[in-house]
Amino acid sequence: MSYTFQWRPVLRSLPEMLWGASVTLEIAIMAMSVGTALAILLALAKRSNLKILSRLAGIWIEVARNTPALFQIYWIYFGLGSLGIGIEPYSALVFGITFNNAGYLAETFRGGFSAVPEAQIRAARSLGMGAVPTLWHIVLPQMLRVTFPALTNQMVWSILMTSLGAVVGLTSDLTGVTQQLNVVTYRTFEYFFVSACLYYVMSKICTIFARLLAWRLFRY
Amino acid sequence: MFFDSSLSWNDILFLLDGAIVTIAITLASVALGTILGVLFGLVRAGALWWISWPLGGALDIFRSVPLLIQLVLFNSFNSMFRLHWSPYVIACICLGIYTAAFCTELVRSGVLAVPPATRRAARSLGMSWWQEVVSITLPMATRIVFPSWIGLSLGVMKDTSLVLWIGIIELLRSSQIITSRVQEPLLILTITGLIYFLMSFPIARLGAHLERRWQIQ
Amino acid sequence: MIQIEDVHKHFGPLHVLKGVSLSVEKGEVLSMIGGSGSGKSTMLMCINGLEAIEKGRISVDGVEVHAKSTDINRLRRKIGIVFQQWNAFPHLTVLENVMLAPRKVLRKSRHEAEEIAIEQLRHVGLGEKLKSFPSRLSGGQQQRMAIARALAMSPDYMLFDEVTSALDPQLVGEVLDTLRMLSHEGMTMIVVTHEMRFAREVSDRVAFFCKGQIHELGTPDQIFESPERPETIDFLRSAI
Repeated sequence: MSYTFQWRPVLRSLPEMLWGASVTLEIAIMAMSVGTALAILLALAKRSNLKILSRLAGIWIEVARNTPALFQIYWIYFGLGSLGIGIEPYSALVFGITFNNAGYLAETFRGGFSAVPEAQIRAARSLGMGAVPTLWHIVLPQMLRVTFPALTNQMVWSILMTSLGAVVGLTSDLTGVTQQLNVVTYRTFEYFFVSACLYYVMSKICTIFARLLAWRLFRY
Repeated sequence: MFFDSSLSWNDILFLLDGAIVTIAITLASVALGTILGVLFGLVRAGALWWISWPLGGALDIFRSVPLLIQLVLFNSFNSMFRLHWSPYVIACICLGIYTAAFCTELVRSGVLAVPPATRRAARSLGMSWWQEVVSITLPMATRIVFPSWIGLSLGVMKDTSLVLWIGIIELLRSSQIITSRVQEPLLILTITGLIYFLMSFPIARLGAHLERRWQIQ
Repeated sequence: MIQIEDVHKHFGPLHVLKGVSLSVEKGEVLSMIGGSGSGKSTMLMCINGLEAIEKGRISVDGVEVHAKSTDINRLRRKIGIVFQQWNAFPHLTVLENVMLAPRKVLRKSRHEAEEIAIEQLRHVGLGEKLKSFPSRLSGGQQQRMAIARALAMSPDYMLFDEVTSALDPQLVGEVLDTLRMLSHEGMTMIVVTHEMRFAREVSDRVAFFCKGQIHELGTPDQIFESPERPETIDFLRSAI
């Protein structure tokens, strides 16, 4: 093998890459929180008796689940751009991942809703609680436990999905920063190897954090 | 031809060519990933912990690093070791290992879901370990994990879109090439999305159907 | 006062309530007995609006339960109900289970709600279990917690739907003791039950349900000593 590794320049740009990692986390957390909220609404809409509402929710869910995430980001970035709605790669990525998260999680939550027994709702209603307080205090907390592993997975997915931003020209997230460095040095393997390590660490921290959170939250 | 646009029949054929590349890469990767996944899965389910755990940990890396980064790294081997492999080979190996990482855990969970009593019963009839695995455990486990395996394969199909990064012209990249000529990204992307949807949705439905039917039994 | 007039209800093709009329006075304990599927549990669900009715009317203190204009959540504060399956909220501690409705429905402060909850839990003998999760409680304890949860809303009426049917035999006693205590305190109660001896002991009146109708209504002595209808006689013979 005639290749000589050069790790020094990579280590020198580590601060830059860590900064990129923080942008990655920022995007993933944003897309996950908004996506979760949307997913709950989508899951409720899917169960709704209003035909239009459940149809629209169904289209969202199926498109998100049956087309590539990269396609969804492209559609927002190039598609909306062509309609005259200029959009930054950053926003396109956030919207794209949010759309994707919402679709996948809505399906998870639909299963979660049916895991909460009807009798629980009946008991809450018999105490004079309205539909919204019942959802908030009784159904959602119990659903959270059932769906927690899936939520954790989706969070890891969100972190990994942020790497797609580079394909539409995002330069500030970890993959974007790495690609920028790669372009000027051609030290592809070294830079992307370190980048891979950082992604791995982020995924693992996320999983461990989720496990601690579950241990704290679900003591019943 | 479409809505007075300059999109021609040839462009649609070009898109379909891209779709065929997508399908070909998917099939090759899923085949490789499934073979490796079954082997690794059996090891994960049955071997001693000092074999099973390191293997599990190693495969976990592939699930915790973005596929795009994995593709770039695999691709960089080409210039590092002067391999001169085609991007297609790299894409299939990379996606295949990625698939195997997920498939292994599927197979493992499936094998562990087969009741030990059933396996012991088969062994008590005088079957060898291998005979028992082939004729009892694998068929039962297949039934358990098949719906998830369909989900995994469809996931791989969607993930093939990333190989455009290493220069392969698959479905999504084809749509971009046409866009640069026709200048109607929204229309072309929507058609592209429709093609993806048609490739994925019916199979996803089949998987969900099988899952429900097999759960009842 | 609870007034029920000519109530009808179907479940699909099944005519479960065929014109039930009944009134329950303040301070009265009324037991509903009868075979399964006779409509007594359904009747109970209708009284606090958990089930809709098709014909007739039910009013509680003059407020019509099934009128569109009635704020059903407000009305339900007056009527506590305890089910056969106790439906403890598994994600909340015993104390939080009981505090939830006073806080969210009656808008009590945390402190006030806690005081009420502790008082009610002591009342049913669960003063020691405040911080436990329901999964750590026996069925009988969970059922008593459900009673405390309903009582914490200081209801004027309590409905009990076969509250001992899902319990192991050795746990039935503690729940019936709690009901007995409530009746001595003058709570207005409607009790759907299969415990004949209990019905006879605590009730002021007993209603015998059969095929969606009240076939016989009277004092426990009347019903259990000298039933008039042949269906009542048959049922009591098989039940005791």
